[in-house]
Amino acid sequence: MKVKVLSRNPDDYVRETKHDIQRVPRNYDPSLHPFEVSREYTRALNATKLERVFAKPFLASLDGHRDGVNCLAKHTRSLSTLLSGSCDGEVKVWDLTKHECVRTLQAHGGFVRGMVVRYCGNSFFTIGDDKTIKQWKMEAPGYGEEEEPLNTILGKTVFTGLDHHQKKGVFATCGQQVDIWDEQRSTPIRSFTWGVDSFSSVRFNPVETELLGSCASDRSIVLYDMRESTPLKKVIMTMRTNTLCWNPMEAYCFTCANEDYNLYTYDMRHLEKPIKVHMDHVSAVLDVDYSPTGQEFVSASFDKTIRIFSKDDGHSREVYHTKRMQHVICIKWSADNKYILSGSDEMNIRLWKANAAEKLGVLAPREREAVNYSQKLKEKFQHHPQIRRIARHRHLPKNIYHQKNELRIMKEARRR
Amino acid sequence: MARVSRKNGNKKKLKGRCNVPLVGLGDQQLLYEEEEEEDSIDGGEEDINSSEEDEVEHERKRQKLLEGISTLGGKRKRAQGERSEAAVHMSEFSVNTDGGPGKVKMSDLIGIFEKNPAVPAKSRRQLKNLRRVKKSIDSPLSKEETEKIQRDMAFQKAASEVSRWDSIITQNQRAKQLLFPLSQEPAGPRPVERLVTGWNVQTPLEQEIFALLSANKQPFTDPILTPAEEASVRAMSLEEAKIRRAELQKARALQSYYEAKARRDRKIKSKKYHKVQTKAKRKEFLKHFEQMVKTDPAAALQELNKMELARMQERMSLKHQNSSKWAKSKAIMAKYDEEARKAMQQQLEMNRQLTQKLVTPLNDDYEQDEGDAGETDLLPDFVNDAVDGRDASNPWMKGKLTEEPTQKQLNDTMTEAAQVVSTVAAEEEELEAEETEEEALLREFDSNRKLHLAQESDIAGDVFLEEMTDDRAAAEDSEVSDCLSEFTIISRGREKSFKDTEVFNCADFTDGSAQLEERLVRIRTVEDLELLHHDPSAEPRHPPTAKDPPSEEKHMGKSKKKKKGIELKEVLTKETNVIKVPLSPTATDSDDPESKLDQRELIKEAFAGDDVISSFLKDKRRHEDEGKPKVIDLTLPGWGEWGGMGLKPPKRKRKRFRVKSAPPPPRKDQHLPSVIISEKRNTSLSLHQVHSLPFPFEDHGQFESCIRSPLGRTWNTERTVKNVTKPRVVTQLGAIISPMAEEELLKNKRAVAREGS
Repeated sequence: MKVKVLSRNPDDYVRETKHDIQRVPRNYDPSLHPFEVSREYTRALNATKLERVFAKPFLASLDGHRDGVNCLAKHTRSLSTLLSGSCDGEVKVWDLTKHECVRTLQAHGGFVRGMVVRYCGNSFFTIGDDKTIKQWKMEAPGYGEEEEPLNTILGKTVFTGLDHHQKKGVFATCGQQVDIWDEQRSTPIRSFTWGVDSFSSVRFNPVETELLGSCASDRSIVLYDMRESTPLKKVIMTMRTNTLCWNPMEAYCFTCANEDYNLYTYDMRHLEKPIKVHMDHVSAVLDVDYSPTGQEFVSASFDKTIRIFSKDDGHSREVYHTKRMQHVICIKWSADNKYILSGSDEMNIRLWKANAAEKLGVLAPREREAVNYSQKLKEKFQHHPQIRRIARHRHLPKNIYHQKNELRIMKEARRR
Repeated sequence: MARVSRKNGNKKKLKGRCNVPLVGLGDQQLLYEEEEEEDSIDGGEEDINSSEEDEVEHERKRQKLLEGISTLGGKRKRAQGERSEAAVHMSEFSVNTDGGPGKVKMSDLIGIFEKNPAVPAKSRRQLKNLRRVKKSIDSPLSKEETEKIQRDMAFQKAASEVSRWDSIITQNQRAKQLLFPLSQEPAGPRPVERLVTGWNVQTPLEQEIFALLSANKQPFTDPILTPAEEASVRAMSLEEAKIRRAELQKARALQSYYEAKARRDRKIKSKKYHKVQTKAKRKEFLKHFEQMVKTDPAAALQELNKMELARMQERMSLKHQNSSKWAKSKAIMAKYDEEARKAMQQQLEMNRQLTQKLVTPLNDDYEQDEGDAGETDLLPDFVNDAVDGRDASNPWMKGKLTEEPTQKQLNDTMTEAAQVVSTVAAEEEELEAEETEEEALLREFDSNRKLHLAQESDIAGDVFLEEMTDDRAAAEDSEVSDCLSEFTIISRGREKSFKDTEVFNCADFTDGSAQLEERLVRIRTVEDLELLHHDPSAEPRHPPTAKDPPSEEKHMGKSKKKKKGIELKEVLTKETNVIKVPLSPTATDSDDPESKLDQRELIKEAFAGDDVISSFLKDKRRHEDEGKPKVIDLTLPGWGEWGGMGLKPPKRKRKRFRVKSAPPPPRKDQHLPSVIISEKRNTSLSLHQVHSLPFPFEDHGQFESCIRSPLGRTWNTERTVKNVTKPRVVTQLGAIISPMAEEELLKNKRAVAREGS
């Protein structure tokens, strides 16, 4: 009998060094692969399951404050530095890589209401309940030197919010009115009022750097242009807005955290109607911060949870909570789009991953490819009930769960 | 009070005015309604009036009371009397507006002015003119209103300013992939010039210096580039420059490699090497020449002339004519020394080659035909390595083997049979001393060929039928006329490797022809060795060796004693078996159906125990049975009669209480013997299925095609997979992503402009 033997060129299957990957010849003829969809479905299902298995977002807790953390500030030039101000007037500078406090200073008597790092990263400003604005050096004082602010401005009223211009030596505060300050002067270069209200927060637009937004206690959001003498526009909502945050990639979009448990994304040109209402929290939303890519934002709520929303989505894609975390007062998304930092009532600052199941650190090329592939698979099969069920499953604390159900029922009843 | 009454009065007037046109229109209905309304209003008015009167009375009484009280004090207060007549001194406090007709308006004053005849006509005219020409200025708006307008203006401005980001934002929303940070600056220290840009001139000295620099158009913000240089830089974009540089680099590297190689080549002393080299060059040239004939005839003609010239020179010279001192000495030795003979032969060959007339393109066609037929049986050098122990069946492995085994093998085979025949040529040579070898050979070839042809026509019926098509034979016939030129070509590329292959062929025939044939085909496709191309000879065309003249066989006996190399002749004699080479592929083709049959039998044998068909039928029957309605027995034993162990309900009863349901509709697979159609829904599957069309898709087909196209590398090429699995957002590890800056806007504009152009 004749025996035919397959013979191939060894160049096609022998690798040059042992470090090379074994080459696997493939025939891509679709008629040879009748089960491709089901195979990919299984892969997608497995990827989804693994994602849930590896979803461990909580990284570290930074403790050291002796009162609730009232404000956080990202360093503009260093990823590993974080500043936090507490309700007892203490400011701490943290090294995030080592999870330790590198500097502590007693900045104010009473609350530290706001804090912001100058764009150059060499100094930072704090405001407090003692009606002062203080500018501090970023470096710790040398041995024997006293911890002293570079500048102190004594204001007439209490300041409640603070933000710094993106490129100029100009900052804005709010209290009874919104003030624009030049760093070189002790009086504001411009003050905006529109009725007698107290403002809770003010934010510079990071893209159109001359624009500002502020939230007033009369349930309104007011927009300003630094170059104009009057405010631009005002929108009054049904409940008070706590903070707002501009989208760093979309000049005219901002999102505000409201007392009515929702977040609203507005286009500043059309304030009549929000672009999107983001619902899911079951209590007042206290703070919001955009991811530096402008695709998502994170919100902190009085209901002791943190939620991550896609900017175009009405519902959150992620919820973070721990047993010990109390009302989350302030939240920040790190400048490399990888981490989330939250400061809460119970004196702790927590470090979270922005993508719960993401592997941290450098990925090998093949690893990255595998991750990309499974990501795409998950996207492709996201509408399949099993996959959706697994991908969307989250654990919630009991009371929040019940509250959520209650709210849902209420909403349905209102619709009827 | 007074104001209220006046208002009412006005209303009344209005109503009155209203009524007139309505009446004029004759709309009774409307009029009626209107009147009614008026009535009601009037009634209300009366009420108001009555209450008004009451109040006036009260007021009077109060006034009286007050007066009385004031008189009690004794001193009478000076009354703020009413103004009744003109007086020189008039108190400003005594002006009473209560009873008056309200505010005095400008128009009132002017009206008086006009009515008064004391006013001169001139001023009246002036007034008229003034009124006609100039409009009065509007009163300034209130503070709130002005602020509102200001705000509106400012907002419009800001909104329009912000709108310039529209395009870039929509672009980003649509983008398949977003890379962050947006401006990826190289890490490390920044160049000085960029630091300098932020620095302002302050002192007068600096100002002076910079004024000078700017006057001379010297760069000061960017100390490296002058405006001219900058312009040149702008002329060539960075990418272009990079590409250009890479090209230049490559060219330079290639040149240096080439030079180095040339140097090495020059140093090689081996004559043989250079000989081979020049030969290869000539080959190459010839090949090119053939192409050139087709593409650029003029150039080809020139080349042809050159070659002609070279040929003439060769013919004139005595080089390669075996007339040199060396050749003479060799000629003496040639009788005894094989090497010497070979050398001489080579010389002559060279001469012949050089003096040979070029083959014209006309001949080419024939040659190609010949080549096609001939090539099939030519074996490259490395085929000899097949005997090596590694993997004899894999032709790919053979190229890698060393030369040594081939040599050995060659020797072995030589001893066996091949060499026996080889010496014939030498013998002939001796015999035919006068003739040059070439001539002898040619004659030999010729005769052989003719013989072969004759035989072919005979044998075609049984052996060569499949392979040797008639037209090919015809072509060969026509070739006969040309055979001289062909044979010269054949003899030209006589090389050791060729001999080797021949030997190999001989050796392998013992194993079996099929394997060999296959190998030949394979190697043909790869074309590993250039040597193969050197002789597109028609060797295999010479089967007649089988019927070689017996005289030669007689010679064989003699030749055994002598030690000789391989000659053309001997090769030919050896080829008795080789003839079959070209036939082989067709032979295997014919084998194929047989082999298939074999395979089927084999499979049958392997799965002899499995009776698939009967099990399938059983399965089907089971399905059918399941589908059949069951008879329900509702008889209750003991109902209406005695019951107990061993007592059955009567037959009548059993019949009566047995419920038969209607037969089900006929099964769909009733007439399909090899199919089971199950119409039951499998719930375990539905758990995984999508039940409604998901949002972004518009119809089912879209969604299905999306699901059907696989993403993985099992089904797609590497590049496709990379493309398809690109993540939407890519960030750099450890890089700060700063917000979008104005530069992005500029970049975008530039990109748009580029697309537009």
